[in-house]
Amino acid sequence: MSRTSGADVRQHPGVEEWRGVERGLLRMRRTLLVAELLPVAVALGALLGPLAGPWWASVAAVPLAAAAWGWRALALNWRSWRYAERADDLLIARGVLWRRLTVVPYGRMQLVEVTSGPLERRFGLARVQLHTAAAATDAHIAGLAPEEAERLRDRLTELGEARSAGL
Amino acid sequence: MVLPQRPEGRRLHPVTPWRRAWAPMAALFAFAVQDPERARQGAEHLTPGRLVAGLAVLLPLIAAYGFLSWWMTSYLVTETELRIRTGLLFRRVAHIRLDRVQAIDVGRPLLARLIGVAKLRLDVVGTGKKDELAFLSEREAVALRAELLARAAGMAPESASEVGEAPSRELVRVEPWTLVVSLLLLGTSWGTLAAVLVVPPLVGWASGSLWAALVVTVPLLGGVWRGGLGRFLTEFDWSVAESPDGVRVDHGLLDRAHATVPPGRVQAVRIVEPWLWRRRGWVRVELDVAGGGGEGSDVLLPVAPREVARAVLERILPGMDPWEAEAVLRPSPRRARRVVPLWWRGYGHGVTATVFASRRGLVCRKLSLVPHAKVQSVRVTQGPWERVFGLADVHVDHGANGTVTARLRTVEEARAVAAAQAERSRTGRRTARPERWLT
Repeated sequence: MSRTSGADVRQHPGVEEWRGVERGLLRMRRTLLVAELLPVAVALGALLGPLAGPWWASVAAVPLAAAAWGWRALALNWRSWRYAERADDLLIARGVLWRRLTVVPYGRMQLVEVTSGPLERRFGLARVQLHTAAAATDAHIAGLAPEEAERLRDRLTELGEARSAGL
Repeated sequence: MVLPQRPEGRRLHPVTPWRRAWAPMAALFAFAVQDPERARQGAEHLTPGRLVAGLAVLLPLIAAYGFLSWWMTSYLVTETELRIRTGLLFRRVAHIRLDRVQAIDVGRPLLARLIGVAKLRLDVVGTGKKDELAFLSEREAVALRAELLARAAGMAPESASEVGEAPSRELVRVEPWTLVVSLLLLGTSWGTLAAVLVVPPLVGWASGSLWAALVVTVPLLGGVWRGGLGRFLTEFDWSVAESPDGVRVDHGLLDRAHATVPPGRVQAVRIVEPWLWRRRGWVRVELDVAGGGGEGSDVLLPVAPREVARAVLERILPGMDPWEAEAVLRPSPRRARRVVPLWWRGYGHGVTATVFASRRGLVCRKLSLVPHAKVQSVRVTQGPWERVFGLADVHVDHGANGTVTARLRTVEEARAVAAAQAERSRTGRRTARPERWLT
């Protein structure tokens, strides 16, 4: 795969301290995965077994295999999510197959949003979304602890005001 | 009849309600074309008596609606914003902040020109579509545009309404003959023309029905229109002038359009060089202006020699030299040919003191330039196939909802570019011009 860690686009020169996201995010996504695929597998097995014979019931293994693969893929994806606050910009890195590193200068931030849906609240998570004047800017961090999300929001807003620049 | 309370502010020209009158007509026409049999039956039922009776009911209704909608529409210029009130049943008040106005166009469609009215279109940051005031009398439209630009520029509000149209100096005028030749040298116009001549006869021959051939022809003719004649009509007599309130762009044969781009609002520049134009050294210059409304980019010059393009760009974005940027472009590394065979040669990327430059395309070259001060965020991405060869893409997002991508760079370079770009954008912004450019 990647030859050296130095060739990883998710690294950034001059950044030592990366912060990961909460483990609750992985738990939430795995719960969702199982909650979606397990009933499908059960329904397939229960319907096809009596109706079409036990051979056909093995089709139920497909959602199970998907769930097993997803279980691992989610862990990899979760581990790849990182962010770092630097003096003048925020860095967000993520992705396993499609890797991506986003750099947003504080002065460009128009708005910082913290959201937390009912499911996220159950897992003690919040999500921070940054908006710049460019709609293509894709800067969000899912799976932060609510206190950390609020701290980040306040800090970003403060830094954004201090370094604010027009269009 | 008791009239509802008329909103405060100035009114539009009384022809306003009729600007959408063609829509029901077009719908009726489309219906008649789609279902000729029923349209014929409908026409037979339409005796003169019924026609008169129908008109006697409809006309006053339309007139009353038109009058009321005109009555309820007004606009008001305050110190910081332009307020447009519209709506009979559903009231709508648009507050347009003047310091967020990116460009103001005066459009004069053919019919409006005959009556002597014009519409004013405003590009505002953060709104998807253009807000427009249609219609104003021509004199009023020009005066209002001057006033809005003066206020947006931060001029003292008392004097804003008196300054009038700022004087302008013409920079370039595109000769009709040059425009014709440039359009003839475009492969797309010939391609669609050839398609019109070849495809419908083939379809007609294969299916044996004239209808099928006609149905195929209509969209193709639309393509010919857009690529050739339509472009000639809109780009006819193109002139670019410089004035204190921005760069003026005038164009059009039937519909005259008159746009003003305030300085410093240009987020990105794209220079298009179709293959057959290259020997003549012609280029087309397009601008990405924040709030451009997503209807494609705004053209600055439909066709111009390279040196002229440089001179005009120098006026809009001081320090921006596209040919200097082109000179520093470096192609993608050789291993990029495994990721994108053949076309990898079209990709190039370079950075100058003022701009982030990226080129793509082999036949039709497109050079995109983003001033460092306009960069909103930087992204580095890498797909699995790119990772095998140690390549990555660098994306730069700018404020006009666009992204300029330097594709297929080595990972080391991509990372260095991203790090340096964040730094450059920060220092670039310090030296950027103030938001209200006359203060």
